[in-house]
Amino acid sequence: MKTPALFLTLLATATAAFAADPIKLGEYASLTGKEAGFGQTSHHGIILALEEINATGGVLGRPLELAYEDNQTKSGESATAVKKLLSRDKVVALIGEVSSGRSLEAAPIAQAAHIPMVAPAATNPKVTQTGNYIFRVCFIDPFQGTVMAKFAKEDLKAKKVAILSSVSNAYSLGLAKFFKETFVPAGGEVVTEKNFSEGDKDFRAQLTAVKAAGVDAVFVPGYYTESALIVRQARDLGLTMPFFGGDGWEDEQLLKIGGEALNGCYYSTHFSAENTDPVVAGFATKYKARWNGEVPGAFSALGYDAVYVIADAIKRAGTTDGPKLRDALAATKNFPGVSGVTTIDKDRNASKAATIIALHDGKAKFFKTVAP
Amino acid sequence: MSEFLQQLLNGLSLGAIYALIALGYTMVYGVLRFINFAHSDVFMVGAFIGYYIGQKVPQNTIGGGLVVLLGAMLGCALLGMLIERLCYRPLRGAATLNVLITAIGVSLLLEYSGQVFFGATPRTFPSVFPSTNFAFGDLVISSNQVVVIVVTALLMVGLQLIVYRTKIGTAMRAVSLNPKAAQLVGVNNDVVISFTFGLGSALAGAGGILYALNYPSIDPLMGVMPGLKAFVAAVLGGIGNIPGAALGGLLLGTVETFVNGSQWSTYKDAIAFAILIIILLFRPAGLLGKVSVEKV
Repeated sequence: MKTPALFLTLLATATAAFAADPIKLGEYASLTGKEAGFGQTSHHGIILALEEINATGGVLGRPLELAYEDNQTKSGESATAVKKLLSRDKVVALIGEVSSGRSLEAAPIAQAAHIPMVAPAATNPKVTQTGNYIFRVCFIDPFQGTVMAKFAKEDLKAKKVAILSSVSNAYSLGLAKFFKETFVPAGGEVVTEKNFSEGDKDFRAQLTAVKAAGVDAVFVPGYYTESALIVRQARDLGLTMPFFGGDGWEDEQLLKIGGEALNGCYYSTHFSAENTDPVVAGFATKYKARWNGEVPGAFSALGYDAVYVIADAIKRAGTTDGPKLRDALAATKNFPGVSGVTTIDKDRNASKAATIIALHDGKAKFFKTVAP
Repeated sequence: MSEFLQQLLNGLSLGAIYALIALGYTMVYGVLRFINFAHSDVFMVGAFIGYYIGQKVPQNTIGGGLVVLLGAMLGCALLGMLIERLCYRPLRGAATLNVLITAIGVSLLLEYSGQVFFGATPRTFPSVFPSTNFAFGDLVISSNQVVVIVVTALLMVGLQLIVYRTKIGTAMRAVSLNPKAAQLVGVNNDVVISFTFGLGSALAGAGGILYALNYPSIDPLMGVMPGLKAFVAAVLGGIGNIPGAALGGLLLGTVETFVNGSQWSTYKDAIAFAILIIILLFRPAGLLGKVSVEKV
């Protein structure tokens, strides 16, 4: 109930400050449901960026306004949400989603309407391959897979690895594939691969098979709800090796559900609030002040950066017209953000450093950064 | 070999949960001849009642755990009787299809008002019972899994005793056999049916707590998948038959676990349901069900 009220105040302040027509941005996100953590953190980042831009005079003398839709973490809902944003709210650009699967649902619609879409954190390469109107401000899974494969080999010193991936999730299958493509040629061995489905709660069967296979580490490229339960049940079954995953693990719920079981586990992500860089520290302070002490996560930073990248493109294009805005977005170069410097390459992807987080005593600690 | 035994153990503990939920489906069907689709959502409400009571009681104690378990069972029994009074009783005597559609409506009502009241974000269930892991060589079983198996077995025996050894059980069977005749010999049908719903819903409440202890992430849609599987288990064992529900649940859980642990884990639901279809082709009334001829 908090967000619509907030939206209204946002609208009210915007209309009070500006007489000009607002520029409408559309956001679709998993604000509720199983992966609400993804949607809520990115949403908070987006709103913070929007308020900052409006406080300094908006873009082209016009305030930014946000129209947003909740897809409830359900497949199929993102397409409807985006159609609504395009036809009813007439947004000039779309922001979404954190999940690759749901971004892939919305991308063809944005492409067909010639409205640029910027995915804050969808890492599967297929997302931007949908068409020339689809962008992202984060790294892609071939890079993340390579980072984690090298990490497993060099930092964890793992020779034999098991992979548990979600069969109904484009992100999970993609990341598992890219991990193997680096890990196996580097002399590692993927001893066993097991699958689960989104929403599964019992993983003991797969874990028992992993235990029998005898591995040094287990790669779980899933989302936080399943991953936390997997590690918990693994510890119950007496599996003591490290488990590690990708940016899908990024949410405070991971530690709430997983607790002590997650000690000695790792994941890669886009951002760490512990980074001492002054830009990051400044962002973290503003974010905490705005959202009652909530510590910004990777998706907060990426949502925030997505808004600034779009605002910058609108400024350079001098218009909100779809094709011109698209060209301006495609020309984004060395744009400084809180998640790193954004340069959009010819495939409309950004290349940024990955951060590896270590989990210890119920806390997520910065481990290291890997440059692209 | 130890992997096989471990998988068997995993399968039995998963199956015990399916069996526990299936008991509720089968009991209501046994008396009223209709599938109470809201059962799996009462199961979810049970887990949430446990979540809220769980904040108030001391953690990791048997006493606190029992308070949570009984509280959830009581809350769900009341909810079940309320649902019966408000939604099903007015339709008594109407076509089965009407009641069935109402049941689906109640199910959706609970799921989505759950999203309003509890929020759609998953919550972490508190660890109300003390939990440890027992290891026998390579075999590991957690105390929560043992609790599930023991509670399911106890409830099944208790249910069997109530239905076959008590006065209210005799009345339940009489209503099931012929409601009008039961009324003629002095059975108060409303009381019996209300009791059946209360008992079935209390089982769902217990199931919700045990499920949440094993898989401590709860949300308003958590009942959908286990509910579907338990329904299948009830049909597999022969719906309306109490030992059948338990057998069906254990069988489904075990098959699912073995497929999950094999290289065909991608097809786990496909294989589990294919087995169901094959069994029903050969035994249309389920494993322990009796084929009854409908009198026209």
